[in-house]
Amino acid sequence: MKIKTILAAGAMTVAAVAAQNAQAGAVLDGVKAKGFVQCGVNTGLPGFSAANAEGKWEGIDVDVCRAIAAAVLGDANSVQYTPLTAAQRFTALQSGEIDILSRNTTATTTRDAKLGLTFVGINYYDGQGFLIPKALGVNSATELDGATVCVEPGTTTELNLADYFRAKGMSFEPVVIENINEATAAFFSGRCDVYTTDASGLASIRTTMAENPDDYVILPEIISKEPLGPVVAQGDEQWADISRWALTAMVEAEEFGVTMANVDDMKANSTNPGIQRLLGVSPGMGEALGLDEEWAYRIVKNVGNYGESYEKNVTAKLGLERGLNALWTDGGLQYAWPVR
Amino acid sequence: MSKPQHTPGDVRSKSLVDYLNDENVRAVLYQIIAIGLIILAGWYLVSNTLYNLEQQNISTGYGFLDLEASFEISESMIEYSAQSDYATALMVGLLNTVKVSVLGIVLCTIIGTIFGVARLSSNWIVRKLATVYVETFRNIPVLLQLFFWYALIPGAFPHPRDALEPLPGVLLTSRGMYMPVPVADNAYTLMGVAAIIALVAIYFIRKWAVKRQDATGQTFPMLLVGLGIFVGLVFLAYLAGGAPTEMSMPELKGFNIRGGYNISPEFMAVLIGLTVYTSTYVAEVVRSGIQAVPNGQWEAADSLGIKRSVALRKVILPQSMRVAIPPLTNQYLNLTKNSSLAVAVGYPDLVSVSNTTMNQTGQAIEAISIFMSIYLGLSLLTSLFMNWFNKKMALVER
Repeated sequence: MKIKTILAAGAMTVAAVAAQNAQAGAVLDGVKAKGFVQCGVNTGLPGFSAANAEGKWEGIDVDVCRAIAAAVLGDANSVQYTPLTAAQRFTALQSGEIDILSRNTTATTTRDAKLGLTFVGINYYDGQGFLIPKALGVNSATELDGATVCVEPGTTTELNLADYFRAKGMSFEPVVIENINEATAAFFSGRCDVYTTDASGLASIRTTMAENPDDYVILPEIISKEPLGPVVAQGDEQWADISRWALTAMVEAEEFGVTMANVDDMKANSTNPGIQRLLGVSPGMGEALGLDEEWAYRIVKNVGNYGESYEKNVTAKLGLERGLNALWTDGGLQYAWPVR
Repeated sequence: MSKPQHTPGDVRSKSLVDYLNDENVRAVLYQIIAIGLIILAGWYLVSNTLYNLEQQNISTGYGFLDLEASFEISESMIEYSAQSDYATALMVGLLNTVKVSVLGIVLCTIIGTIFGVARLSSNWIVRKLATVYVETFRNIPVLLQLFFWYALIPGAFPHPRDALEPLPGVLLTSRGMYMPVPVADNAYTLMGVAAIIALVAIYFIRKWAVKRQDATGQTFPMLLVGLGIFVGLVFLAYLAGGAPTEMSMPELKGFNIRGGYNISPEFMAVLIGLTVYTSTYVAEVVRSGIQAVPNGQWEAADSLGIKRSVALRKVILPQSMRVAIPPLTNQYLNLTKNSSLAVAVGYPDLVSVSNTTMNQTGQAIEAISIFMSIYLGLSLLTSLFMNWFNKKMALVER
């Protein structure tokens, strides 16, 4: 990254941190006053967050921001996006430049406790894998001794990579490039034998950036747990709650079978008390969050439930099945805290 | 600042307003107020930042430097592994920055001087080629040039499996250039010591030769003698050390070429990019320096029967140095600072390592403060050295 950006980020941290005192409700008031949610996303990771041909942002991470905007402002399109590299993302959040970071970010102890961040949920359970050219004839990550590996700096991926090779007693040579486009270009030009990131990211790179996806293969080993989720800054509990429950409402809606298509019908006719609570027919939930009662109804109506978002973005674009991200009732890990 | 002056005839006791109207009092007062305001603003920023960092539960302090870094760095001049601490990682980054800056400064000076002189050549082709070189590379942003070189190097050379071998043992691949290096041996330490002894000896002989020439006018074949002493001594040391011949040859093993010495494409891209870009500015500095020397100096040298090439070296360039050194210093500082762009092409310089550190620890303010002070220190050191050199080269009045 350019030194100027870093310096600007540093100066902004100082200035913005100095100017704003964290207090409950401040972010919500700010969002209402400016009329949009400022959302930090990936610079371009199809399926998660990427601008489409018309310049509109879409992806499963983008949908989290859209859900929050729908719940808070009534319009899922009231979102402004800040594309961030892995190295810029936390500074942007700490300085208050963005309201929420929804950028395939792994929840870890250090980040949660030391960086002044709050992870509000997990919208994608992932794990780190390796992408290699088929021509290398490698079938397992254990055969990678001595390989050159392209990796993005400032990620958990970079640390897992070092841990994995150390644990296996193997060596590797890292090539560390911050911008994902430069990094993948280096990989496809043959600078590296291996590209490593979360398995979903590898699928995204393979299907959307490789000249011929069939020339590349993702190795079977998954070497880490990567629970990816949206993050907010610590110090504003109300905003953290709203973000957490906006995400939860999407999963809860899928559990109840409420979809974008049938949400109006469900709202009018459903006798299920759980659905009535979720859609605001029986009031109380919106008030608890400091929102109106139709907050979750608007999320499903405008953005869809979690399954719809996953289908539209991840399955359709990357061809990835639900896997770990299926509902718990289908043997996956997605399990909504009850809205009540 | 002098004390307020009282004229002898002034018997009226001074009121406060008189004091405030006193020029000297005012001068002091305003300075105190200005300094006070700056301190206050600084204190406000620092204390507020610390307060808010605490409010947001962001940890502060430099304690993280002792923690294990857990990330690998691709090239290092010192012992480093993922188990090393953050302080060592930052040291690796600093040394990489220094390495590329020092090499860049040396190379851009040599190339820049050649092109600067070439721009004034009487040969039309040489002059125009030099102009094209300078105008092209000076007017393309240096970051784009880095991207260009970095796209070119891995793209232009084959995979290590089909490496080009222009010279025996020298391999060109998309992973950089590999060349054979001698396997570590005591003889090489001995040769290093011999080289230092030779340089000291040459220094004293040259001093004596200059003195003798000043006194008697006799010249001394310094270049030949110096080379002889240097090569002879180093070769003697090599023989005395047992003349080891074992070489580490680069060879394809598994995925990569192992052994030998590797110059990575990242390093090459940064070094070539910075050198080419800065050399154009150096060329302009050298050209303007030469043109600043009055034409009469050329004519005087001519009339004494001095050859043009000797006149350039002995009469014109030394005088142009006086004009050229201060702007040269600027270019050296620019090169050092521009080396921070290395992060864009993945060369693990100070900024790259600090960036990673900042991200893994979340200590943005600390990491930025560390690398900002290091760059400041590097730049001040370069300035100090160049100022000393400037004084040395300045016109000595006799």
